Formats: sequence, C-alpha cells, structure tokens
Amino acid sequence: MSTPRTDPVPPTPAGPTATQATAPRGGHAAPALRRLVLVELRKTADTRSGRWLLISAVAIALVVAVARCLSGDASERTFQGAFELTLFPLALLLPVMGVLLVTAEWTQRTSLTTFALVPHRGRIVAAKLGAGVLLGVAAFVLSLASAAIGNVVGSIAGGADGSWSMSGDLLYQSLVGQLLGVLIGVGFGLVFVTSALAIVMYFALPTVFSIIRELISGIRDAMEWIDMNVAFEPLFEGTATGDDWGKVVVAATIWVGIPVAVGTWRVLRREVK
Amino acid sequence: MCDAAGADSLCAMIDVVGLTKRYGAHAAVSDVSFRCEAGTVTGFLGPNGAGKSTTMRMVCGLTVPSAGTSTVVGVPYLALPNPGREVGVLLDASAQHAGRTGREILTLSAMVLGVGRDRVDDMLEQVGLSGKAATRRVGDYSLGMRQRLGIAQALLGDPQVLILDEPANGLDPEGIAWMRGLLRGFADRGGAVLLSSHLLNEVEAVADRLVVIAGGRIVADGTKADLLRGAGTRVRATDHDALRRAVADAGLTSETVDGDAELVATDDAEVVGRMARDAGLVLLELRPADGAGLEHLFLSLTSGVAEGSAAAA
Repeated sequence: MSTPRTDPVPPTPAGPTATQATAPRGGHAAPALRRLVLVELRKTADTRSGRWLLISAVAIALVVAVARCLSGDASERTFQGAFELTLFPLALLLPVMGVLLVTAEWTQRTSLTTFALVPHRGRIVAAKLGAGVLLGVAAFVLSLASAAIGNVVGSIAGGADGSWSMSGDLLYQSLVGQLLGVLIGVGFGLVFVTSALAIVMYFALPTVFSIIRELISGIRDAMEWIDMNVAFEPLFEGTATGDDWGKVVVAATIWVGIPVAVGTWRVLRREVK
Repeated sequence: MCDAAGADSLCAMIDVVGLTKRYGAHAAVSDVSFRCEAGTVTGFLGPNGAGKSTTMRMVCGLTVPSAGTSTVVGVPYLALPNPGREVGVLLDASAQHAGRTGREILTLSAMVLGVGRDRVDDMLEQVGLSGKAATRRVGDYSLGMRQRLGIAQALLGDPQVLILDEPANGLDPEGIAWMRGLLRGFADRGGAVLLSSHLLNEVEAVADRLVVIAGGRIVADGTKADLLRGAGTRVRATDHDALRRAVADAGLTSETVDGDAELVATDDAEVVGRMARDAGLVLLELRPADGAGLEHLFLSLTSGVAEGSAAAA
C-alpha cells in the first residue's frame, strides 16, 4: 500500500477563492433519473451476493428450460412449454430481487451516502422502481432466450415436438406478471425495510390471504379480486380475459400500489442514520 | 443566497441557526447555532451522546429538524441540486456495502455526482488506496482504510465545504498527521471544514475554531485563544501545602490538579512567580495552562451535563 501523499492535489481552476467561496459554484445539475436508474442497476450486480443471485437466476432458467425439452411428454417439449416453465422459478426470484433493490440500502447502511448525494429521496425511490422494471424485462428476455436454447437442445436430442409457436397472449401477459412481481417486491422492501422481514412478509402475507379464502367460503368470490396468487394466475398461463384483467388491476392496486405508496411515504420521512 | 461581491466573505460557508431536534419529550439538540467561515477548520467537540452527529445530520438534510435552519454555501442543503459537488460529507465510514470494492464505491458516487472516472483514480491515489487496495472488498478493509475511503468519497466532487463526523476514528498517528495536512491544505485554499470529535487532541492541532457541545447545547464557541483566556496558570512547588497557603494569602483562587499542581485563576504568570518568591517557595513548574487547560476546560464544560440517550447520538 503506497504511503499517502501529504500534499493534496493542486486545486482545479474552478477551486474556491476567498471572495467566491460564499455561494454555490453553480452549474452542477442534479443527476438525471436515467443515470440514477443505471446506478441502481449497477448496484444489483456489483457485489458478490448480487452477482451470485443474478447468475443463479440465469442458471435456473437455463436448467429448467433444457430439462423441460429433454424429458416428459413430447408435446410439451416446445419453445412455449420451456418458456412457461421458466416463469415459475423467476417469479419467485424477481420479488426477492425487488426487495433487495430497496432493503440493501438499509441493511448495509449505504442509505447514508445515497441520501447525502441525492437528498430528494423520491428520486431514489423512482430510480429503484425503474431499475425493478428493467430487471423484470431482463428476466423476460432471459426466459425467452433459455426457452430458445432449450428448444434447440431438445430438437437435437430428438423425441421432442420442437415447435416454435408461441401464444402472443402468453408473451405480454407473462411480462406483466413478472413486472408486477418485481414491483410488489420493491413495495414490500419500502414498507418493511429489512431484507429478511420483507422477504418473509412477501411469501407469508399472500399465503395468509389464500388460507382465509379456503376457510371462509362466503368471501371466496371477493377474494378472487384480492388474493394476489389467484388474480395473477391467468397471466402466467396467457389466458386472461376482460374480467380477469379487472381482478389483476384491483389486486395490483392492493399489492403494489399500497405498499409502494406507504413505503415511499415512510422513506421520505424516515431519519437516516 | 450570499452576495459573492466584496473582499470579505460576509456569509458563512456553514451557517446553523437555532437547530433543535426533539425525540418525544427528550431534546437531543437544543437551539444550536454556529458559523463556519471559509478558510477555517472548525472543531465540533463534545462527549459521546452530546448531539454532534444529530446536528451534522440535520445540516445535511438526513434528519428533519424540530426547529431552526441551516445553510451550506448560503443555501439550505436540500436546495442544492447536486450537493456532493459543493459539500463533501463523511458521517460514517462503515456505512458501506461490505461486498463492494473500494473503487466500485467511488465509481458509483462518481456516476451520481457526474464526475469522470479519472477523478476516482486521483482520489484513490490521494488517500493511498490505489493499486491492490482499490480492488479489495470494503469488508476486508481495516478501519483506517475505510476512513480514508470515506474521505476520498467526500472529496470526490471537489467540494468547497467538508462535513466530517469523527474522521480520525481508527486512524493511526501517521494517518492522523496525514489527515491534518489534508484538511489544513483544504482550508488554506479557501474551503471550510467542520469536523467533529470526542477527542480533544485530534482536533486541537488542526482546528482554528472550536465549538463545544454538551447535552445538546453549545457550551463554548471561539478560537482556542478565546476559550483559554482565563484558563489560568499552572504551578507546582516542592511544598504543596505551602503553595496553597501562599495562593490563599495572595488573595487568588486556585484548584488542585494532577495531585500536586495548582491551577491558579490568573493568566499572569509573573504574579504567580512573585507570589511564590515572596513566600519562599521552590518552584518545579510555572506555565500558562494551555494544553492541559484546554482539556480541563473541556471537562468542566461538559461534565455534569446530562448525556443524551443513545438513540439521539
């Protein structure tokens, strides 16, 4: 390790002088939202744990897609079949990534630096939401790519249908489903703040609602609008119709809208230590 | 906004007016006011729990004050579009993701600040973390390395003002000397530094002004010379009891310190010397109470004042 120099670097031409030093130098614009989103995305991948999470997601999607195309009914060993199957593990991982996007700031206490550099915290929340959306899109592309690879492998190995046909509905609906998953994660992260609590609540709360739905037959119909698991199911099958979309919107408002709103309000007012 | 015209900087680089922070019924910070002028290093001193960190967080917009205002370079912190380019902040060097490398942490900040990557290399070089250290994860850093990374981060945006909370924490004597030189140079080029500490020695050598806080309130504010005016004269004689009698007979008050020395309540050493000669005492020590006096002053100002709760620190 080099010995630190005792002489600091010479001042830049724009350095302070006695008469100018009493006002901001000006000319320094706030960082654009696009740049903040880029920084947030970079933060998901620049740590060892973050990298491993992303690598795991890629690996799981590939393994699942290829496995689908090498085993089971020939009719399901298709591009669409592989794609559908990758949706499930990714639908588990994406909310976790959404949670970590937010909670890492608090558990690692980097919030001190983040909010000193960008004191208007709403912008950071917006950047995290933006980064979450991009992660969702990336997961979608990953599913497509894995399914394609799986289908090719399956065709080469033989015994597979190998069809490349894909339902257009499934494509855009599954994208919506994945995006909702990430955004719920971000919302829960904003509300519950610590990684462990937010992740546990993400898995526990919908389960509680499902159990209530099973136990109390009277509200079963109403629960189809409120229970996230039920409302979003058609999205992952590509079968959502008019009525289903209504349920998606209501469930999304409850499970994304409310946590994001409440969590953002908390972040704006919270003391940062 | 300060008027930049004129030879005198009439505006302070940091101006704190009546800052107060209450947690429920407890006031962690009460009516704190002080100014930091350009070209000075201000030492913000106080025991643990006195409210230093809370005050600094309020200045940096991280904690909402219950009352009072603060400005940095003439505007409230929250009004700065890119605060890191005007104010360099180091509040807690360990508040970093342990899994990131030093270089990555600075790069992320550089992206937000809008400064080039070459500036990152410059800063790493300046704080002595270039080379292998830059690519190690911060979790593997020693405390001193983390502090230096924090200082690099504060300087990254080439700010006019530095706000540092216990920056010498964990630095060895070489590191402290290095930091002293760095901060002195920063102030000499016209910047302002506010640095807090609970250790007097660290701050003494580098600070021009001292602001002392205890129990959430300012108890002293001035240059070292100002604060020491009236700190007294320290005298030690072979016969301690005779010395005390002599002091009493001369009509002076004094206090026993360090077992056998007397701190006489006068700044005039000659008076004390004559008094001792007239009493026939053999002196072992006679000097103005500077360093020791500062510590004594600090302890007397801050002892007996209730320490804030841990939550407010």
